[in-house]
Amino acid sequence: MMELLVVFLVVLAIVAFVGAPLRRGARRLDPDAALHAELADLEAAKEAKYREIRDAELDHRTGKLSEEDHRLLDGELRAEAIALLKRIDAVRARVGAQPPPPAAPPPAVG
Amino acid sequence: MATVGRALLIVAFAVALYGISASLYGAFAGGRAWVDSGRRAVYALAGVLTLTFAILELAFLRSDFSFNVVATHSSTTTPTFYKATAAWSSQEGSLLLWVWLLSIWSSLALRVTRRRVREVAPVATAVLLTFASFFLMLTLFFASPFETLASVPQEGTGLNPLLRHPAMMFHPPMLYSGYTLFSIPFAFAIGALVTRRLNAEWIVSTRRFALAAWLCLGVGIVLGARWSYTELGWGGYWAWDPVENASLLPWLTGTAFIHSLMIQERRGMLKVWNASLVLATGTLAILGTFLVRSGILDSIHAFGASTLGIPFLILIGAMVLGSVGLVVWRRADLASEHRLDSLFSREAVFLLQNVILVALAFVVWWGTFFPLISEAVTGTRASVGPPWFDKYTVPLAFVLVALSGVGPLVPWRRLTLASVRRGFVLPGVAAVVTVLALLAVPGAWAEPKAAVFAGVVAFVLTSVGQELWRGMRARQASAREPAPVALAGVVRRNRRRYGGYIVHAGFAVLLLGVAISSSFQHAQDVSLRPGQSARVDGFDVKYVRATSRAEAEKISLGAVLDVSKDGRHVATLRTTRGFYPSQDITQGIVGRFFGGESESEVGLRAGLGRDIWTVINPNIAPLAPIIDRGNRTFRRAMVGIMSGPVRDRERAVMQLYTLRDAAVTAVARRFVTSPWPADFRFIVSPLATWIWIGAIVTFLGGLLALWPAPAAARRRVSAGYAARVARELARTTQ
Repeated sequence: MMELLVVFLVVLAIVAFVGAPLRRGARRLDPDAALHAELADLEAAKEAKYREIRDAELDHRTGKLSEEDHRLLDGELRAEAIALLKRIDAVRARVGAQPPPPAAPPPAVG
Repeated sequence: MATVGRALLIVAFAVALYGISASLYGAFAGGRAWVDSGRRAVYALAGVLTLTFAILELAFLRSDFSFNVVATHSSTTTPTFYKATAAWSSQEGSLLLWVWLLSIWSSLALRVTRRRVREVAPVATAVLLTFASFFLMLTLFFASPFETLASVPQEGTGLNPLLRHPAMMFHPPMLYSGYTLFSIPFAFAIGALVTRRLNAEWIVSTRRFALAAWLCLGVGIVLGARWSYTELGWGGYWAWDPVENASLLPWLTGTAFIHSLMIQERRGMLKVWNASLVLATGTLAILGTFLVRSGILDSIHAFGASTLGIPFLILIGAMVLGSVGLVVWRRADLASEHRLDSLFSREAVFLLQNVILVALAFVVWWGTFFPLISEAVTGTRASVGPPWFDKYTVPLAFVLVALSGVGPLVPWRRLTLASVRRGFVLPGVAAVVTVLALLAVPGAWAEPKAAVFAGVVAFVLTSVGQELWRGMRARQASAREPAPVALAGVVRRNRRRYGGYIVHAGFAVLLLGVAISSSFQHAQDVSLRPGQSARVDGFDVKYVRATSRAEAEKISLGAVLDVSKDGRHVATLRTTRGFYPSQDITQGIVGRFFGGESESEVGLRAGLGRDIWTVINPNIAPLAPIIDRGNRTFRRAMVGIMSGPVRDRERAVMQLYTLRDAAVTAVARRFVTSPWPADFRFIVSPLATWIWIGAIVTFLGGLLALWPAPAAARRRVSAGYAARVARELARTTQ
């Protein structure tokens, strides 16, 4: 009897927990889901690009890239980052999202 | 308790099936609430399975022999530590452990990604819950851990003696964590392919789980090797056993994946390759689980023949066909966004390294499944042994280790002559000097490959050391910090990069230990009486005295050995062979104490220079006449008691058992009082300890790469670069 009660309580707790979002009412899927997903992809690509810029800077400072090579690569990477930022702005404009808050000053790499 | 366990398994199965339906309905028709409900089903599943597993553990700890699995895998004399681990020594318990870990890691992954990959996550949830449903189905209908016995025995069979090793506490959970964690990138890859969200986001979201899977599986593999080295009594750590190989396969492809995903993350390249790799890794993880449980290949690590083969084959077939179908279906969306800038770039090194890793995985796969392949083609089952594996894997490992040294020296995008001069000179010189120095050592020419390999390892260690040094100097130049603080600072702020480098260094050291210990190992089998000596690789090993110990759990017969070199004491080694009682009463009242399973405790003197390893195999045949006499005497006594008055029977049996225990102890003492020759295996392995040191360094590096930077620091760094790029953006638009 005790065993049955334990199982019953577990089932009750699961039904309450798992069913909670459904009780709050059916929220339709985001109509701008595709745009939001694109935005998320672009944000991920932007973060990866910043990491690339940072890595190139560290490669330069540890001697793997010469001044000249670093200047060229950094320019390329920044151009790619700018292209990404422009695409992000374009997508944001389509979904009406607010731009991110102003950025802090740049930190040192090492 | 068993009833509650069984009921909770049914509840878990229902929750998993509901979660699959809710996630898919929510993703394609029903809306966000259904998706959230599906995700909560995974959390609920983790909760229910935690309760279920706790019930099983409790049954083991309380020696509740009404559970069939407890009666057949534990006993009252099993130490508490091993009672806790016995749960996963059985087919049934290990299946429950698998699905429990899957539910925990899935919950963590879905919690972490709940605000990201919103389109991909519901499909990934359904895939993860499909795996969970499959394993729950097995535990419900094929191998239930909650099966009870109609007649409850007084005593259990006990845990397999070979599994009584501290590594067994962590080896299976780490392996299963590796396998189940690899299910997460697999599931998200399926989600990304189905929803066509194939850019960097799913990779970024699951990268850490792939790394954690790689780390856990690696730790599990090394713990298994350590168990083999110190418990199995053959002196080796890797035997190319099918089950060992099965765990190595997803680790190799997973290693390739965690490198190549960096290229997709940065350059949007290798999307087909990455999707294929992660799908292959997930499938190989299930294949490994299948091999351990199906009994189709002979292995010391397997659970033996079972009825689980067909369900697993169906699952693996569906995974292979589904994966190939999805990649082909989405091939247009998987087109690369960029091309390789140069064949001399870090991307190219990663690509080559990927090819080598996949080639290694193919060799291991082919060798592992060769018995089945040969049987299918010729009708005769043939197998390949370690020499076959060594023939193909050794050259590939050479190239792989060399690449792990080259990678850190090469910048992304392109390598120039100037950076070759700056980066490669010192490691190159270190490699050449090492090879020449080693070849000057007497005897080294016998194994020139080992000397060359040591040179390659020197190259790797110098390249990693040089990178750390240069990073520290760069930090010192900007922050004016003392060297140790600057080194810690640069590593802390670039954990992924330097964690990876440390992994490379550790892995090179590990393989150096493997290469040298196997190339220059001296093994010798001898039979000695107490007082006699043998000479092994310049060491004098003297059998000082025999030992015996009779406990409720086992009878141990062993030896104390003295190891010396040129008259100087080097080590005292103690080795024993433990004999566990058999449940087979036909072996006799005394005989069954010597007729059960047995295990070895090796004598090991581990050192940075060399390991001296020994194991005893005491021949117990000389004890047979006295055991037979004891069996006859006690059988007569027992018959006498049973034919006597009932009221005295219990007391008389207890007295007889006390006498029996004394007799068993006396029989075991004969090994000490009237010793006869015992067989020993002695092994001297140079640098074997470096295998374990290399593994520890590798996993510390992995942990460093995995450890997230504090969120505030990440935001600060990202914001800094955002500001710089934004300033340029402003300039370009003015």
